[in-house]
Amino acid sequence: MITDEAKRVTVFCGHYGSGKTNIAVNYALRLSSLGKPTALADVDIVNPYFRSKDSENELRDAGVEVVSLPFANTNVDLPSLPSQVYGLVEQRVRYAVFDVGGDDRGAYALGRFSPYILEENNFEMLFVVNFYRPLTRTAKEAFEVMREIDKVCELPFTGIVNNSNLGDLTDEDCVRRSFEEAQKLSDLSQMPIRFTSVCDKLTDRFRGDAFFPIHLQSKFF
Amino acid sequence: MSEKVLMKGNEAIAEAAIRAGCRHYFGYPITPQTELAAYMAKRMPKIDGVFLQAESEIAAINMVYGVSSAGLRVMTSSSSPGVSLKQEGISYIAGSDLPALIVNVERGGPGLGGIQPSQSDYFQATKGGGHGDYHLIVLTPASVQEMADLTALAFDLSDKYRVPAMLLADGTIGQMMEPVELPAESGCTVEKPWAVTGTKMQRRHNIVNSLYLVPEELERTNIERFERYAQIEANEVRYEKFMTEDADVCVVAFGIAARVSKNAVIAARNEGIKAGLIRPITVWPFPKKAIAEAAKHVKGFVSVELSMGQMIEDVRLACECTRPVSLCSRVGGMIPSPDEVLESIKKMNGGLK
Repeated sequence: MITDEAKRVTVFCGHYGSGKTNIAVNYALRLSSLGKPTALADVDIVNPYFRSKDSENELRDAGVEVVSLPFANTNVDLPSLPSQVYGLVEQRVRYAVFDVGGDDRGAYALGRFSPYILEENNFEMLFVVNFYRPLTRTAKEAFEVMREIDKVCELPFTGIVNNSNLGDLTDEDCVRRSFEEAQKLSDLSQMPIRFTSVCDKLTDRFRGDAFFPIHLQSKFF
Repeated sequence: MSEKVLMKGNEAIAEAAIRAGCRHYFGYPITPQTELAAYMAKRMPKIDGVFLQAESEIAAINMVYGVSSAGLRVMTSSSSPGVSLKQEGISYIAGSDLPALIVNVERGGPGLGGIQPSQSDYFQATKGGGHGDYHLIVLTPASVQEMADLTALAFDLSDKYRVPAMLLADGTIGQMMEPVELPAESGCTVEKPWAVTGTKMQRRHNIVNSLYLVPEELERTNIERFERYAQIEANEVRYEKFMTEDADVCVVAFGIAARVSKNAVIAARNEGIKAGLIRPITVWPFPKKAIAEAAKHVKGFVSVELSMGQMIEDVRLACECTRPVSLCSRVGGMIPSPDEVLESIKKMNGGLK
């Protein structure tokens, strides 16, 4: 799943609240643990709270460079993008993981970097989907969101990440019940399922390359 | 797929409103409640509803006034600065005895303040907000599930008493994602003979208005309205009690502050301190009796708030100052940590002067 053949640029797009940030943070940590110099680019211009910046210390400790908006997690509501992102797509030195804002509105921000990514042609553009989100309950609904994103960011999708979960209530059954819709989405979009995410407590139930264990930040409320 | 879905608090309000029969939404985007409007923009056109992004918050609340006059379930939502703009309209709606739902997903203030969470609109929500003698029914959700459940309840109570209701949430509850079981489809169950729906030449025309030319009539209307407020205070108080029976220290907190406080109460119990929590679910009407009851056996109260201390006044009034009440608060978008609340509990347990 994430092997030494990982693409240099990995982009996570998807419906609002599908879990792109959690996936991106964990993916960057994994790349770094494989000895790859990695940077995480936070280009989410939509979401005000619960951003990848929340994991900044953990990422930096693991050797991941974090490129985020100077205003992230502050009181400034300014949808700007960090100029260092250009460094990531132009220099082609480090592995870059992109955490993109939700829906087509969030994906607009990616458009300006797409030409560089396309030119290098060493990327994965992954659609993150949670079939327990109310507006993407079915493969058909998810496919609609996928097409909306596709239209605005000018970077073609290359795969699907099944991140179906119910937060704290996620159990084995909950993950298994998502497989059918994920396969339908794969058939509809003709995109492979790159992996299915599995939270810490379920990792022993789902082993193998098809699954990606993710660690979630704990809350104090 | 199961009945439960994973939702943001803001989305849960929107979907619950739709399921409660609301087909008219008027709003204007503002962080941290924008997802609510965005969800309505996607859903309403698919169910023959109206989503309208008004030219301002003031326009939106007056559109609410209009639709409610026609007897339909209607809502608007905003965050603190936007809700300030709506106050004139809210006063007119209250003065016209109309039901409506106003959602405030609070952010830091005063002024433009910030986009991070806050509870500092408590006074505005519970003590009037606009001009004139009036109250809103104010509900304070502490989870995404309650965002949904209290939205449905707010519509019901508002229709029943012809009093506008407010859902007073904070940015954190609006933004956080939790599994939620959405309420069943429902709708208005009370008759609205006052609604402006066309006479069809079969009855006298209805007038929805807050202007009274004769002082005696305006006085009578105010008094009649306060009789309804008294009924609400008698019948609609809602709160949750957590480990209060034998408590020496009683924490009072709502919304996100109550979630932190619950963890602090558990931590205090683990250290042998008898702490408890009263979580108001309605802050108007305020759970005065529950506080007064607790005052009989506690050493004191700790009011935990994301404000400089607003609800603390209601706690003091409810216990008639028979017990000390301390404040544990963070402001500006900060949230008190369980340790900070625990520290306040310990201080109160040690005895405050």
